[in-house]
Amino acid sequence: MNRLGRGASRWASAYGAGPWHLLGLAACFVVAGYAATRMVGAGIWMGFAVWFVGAVVFHDLVLWPLYSAADTAIRSLSRLPSRLGRARPAVVNHVRVPAGLSCLLLLVWFPLILRGAERNYRGAVGLSTSPYLARWLVITLVLFGVSGLLYAVRRWAGGRSDR
Amino acid sequence: MESRRAGRLRAGNGPPGPFRPGFWRSPLRGPWLTSVFGLVLLVGLAIVAVTGLLSYAAYEPRLPGNDTTPGKGLLGFYLFDWPTHPAWLYRVTQGTHVILGLTLVPVLLAKLWSVIPKLFAWPPVRSIAQAVDRASLVLLVGGAGFQFATGILNIQLFYVFPFSFYPAHLYGAWIFLAALAVHVAVRLPRAIRAVRSRDLRRELRTRLADTRPEPPDPDGLVPADPAPPTMSRRGVLAFVGGGSVLMFGLSVGQTLDGPLRRTALLAPHGREYGTGPNDFQVNKTAASLGVTAAEAGDGWRLAVAGASPIHLSRADLLAMPLHTYALPIACVEGWSTEQVWTGVRLADLARLAGVPPGAAEVTARSLQRVGYFGQASLSAGQVADPRSLLALRVNGADLSLDHGFPARIIVPNAPGVHNTKWVRELEFRREGR
Repeated sequence: MNRLGRGASRWASAYGAGPWHLLGLAACFVVAGYAATRMVGAGIWMGFAVWFVGAVVFHDLVLWPLYSAADTAIRSLSRLPSRLGRARPAVVNHVRVPAGLSCLLLLVWFPLILRGAERNYRGAVGLSTSPYLARWLVITLVLFGVSGLLYAVRRWAGGRSDR
Repeated sequence: MESRRAGRLRAGNGPPGPFRPGFWRSPLRGPWLTSVFGLVLLVGLAIVAVTGLLSYAAYEPRLPGNDTTPGKGLLGFYLFDWPTHPAWLYRVTQGTHVILGLTLVPVLLAKLWSVIPKLFAWPPVRSIAQAVDRASLVLLVGGAGFQFATGILNIQLFYVFPFSFYPAHLYGAWIFLAALAVHVAVRLPRAIRAVRSRDLRRELRTRLADTRPEPPDPDGLVPADPAPPTMSRRGVLAFVGGGSVLMFGLSVGQTLDGPLRRTALLAPHGREYGTGPNDFQVNKTAASLGVTAAEAGDGWRLAVAGASPIHLSRADLLAMPLHTYALPIACVEGWSTEQVWTGVRLADLARLAGVPPGAAEVTARSLQRVGYFGQASLSAGQVADPRSLLALRVNGADLSLDHGFPARIIVPNAPGVHNTKWVRELEFRREGR
């Protein structure tokens, strides 16, 4: 019993976690490795590897720098008016939220909105992708419109409660 | 024998920028928020995974010519005979796979945002266990991004990836699921503890002015030097949830019939063609697959191969007993629509070919010259179902060329691509030959 306990603690200090941790991760790598051999068999492993590496870094090294820079810009711009005059409800989220949602829709549907898929799409579906840009713009306008309206209501309500 | 520099780095003063704990300042990052996103993803992705694996079974890949991933090996261990009842099952499972996947995009992005400081944790590795764990996270993050990206691009017919969608999305799924399973096993207890550490109802009542960072955590998600909050925790949840509602609301219409279909403003296959009997979603036009009106015209004959081969004109088929059923057509790309089809039972054609229905499989071959699924095989169970038709009419009118004139297959609960259009040959044979 004692020796077992000593063995376990020696293992834990050398490895950094219990043996089940290594067992689970080994199983993960075995399954993933097997699936990877299927990719090799299908002759697509090189394209797959490139896209997979791209997928690993896409959010952290491409999307995040873009949206955090945009967010910094929105925050610094929306801080300006509050320096003038008396306190108003913060405007930042009334820009940030509709802009973020609109960018989300563009991120997912850009092949339709920007017509990148036009050739395949027209051939298959028999219609053009041209309506999607207008739809996205209208949805974006509605998002900003609703957000602006909510801001107006908040300001009005805030002004009333000040009195 | 440690250099002074290494000692300094180990003490949390890594390289400058994102490797320093002070770089990350969002006061909302913390184990509670990450765990809320994680648990939503866990439930959602489990459903997306199961419906995706079911879709592969629905393709009946064990029948001749049906398997788009013949090198699957052990990964086909769970395959089973795909049923024809209920007729709407594939419509629901595949609609769920695609629409739920789209709905989870904002949650996945929020989850990745919430843990980004850990990518830059310094030192990068503290133990062997952590090194192995981080290697599995590469598979987890890469797998998630790969599966979402290929799925989202594929439903928009934006084939920019240098591989066929089917093997990449199926094998990629197993890489992702392996990493997800072990991630859940390792993190779930911690995630449940973190979610219980705060009362959700209280968070939903907490305004921006009262929003405080979570208490410091050993994983370093909570910033050492938090900035003043510009959004409450309930605000972030509403933002992410609003993104999901938007993704769902603008795409779910492509799985519905009736006036709600018009809500599919940002979905590839919720289009309006008009009000006629043939004015419903086209997946592949005749022109795109090289099918001409001439070869589908009066000279067209259906070759029925079997024990007693026979050729039939469209008039011959129309003279046979015709049956009418309302059946959905449901595409792997997630869209679906129910229409009223009229045609000859496949079982009657099997009998005509001298193969008793119940034991008869069929391979349907199309006039199409290019593209995938120019032929598809149907199981004995699918042929025997009385609602499985070689359809000649839809909604009371002759099929249009784009919907498969002169004749197309329609089978209850089969994936759309197995409803072969412009059928030129039906090869019946006894099951298992």
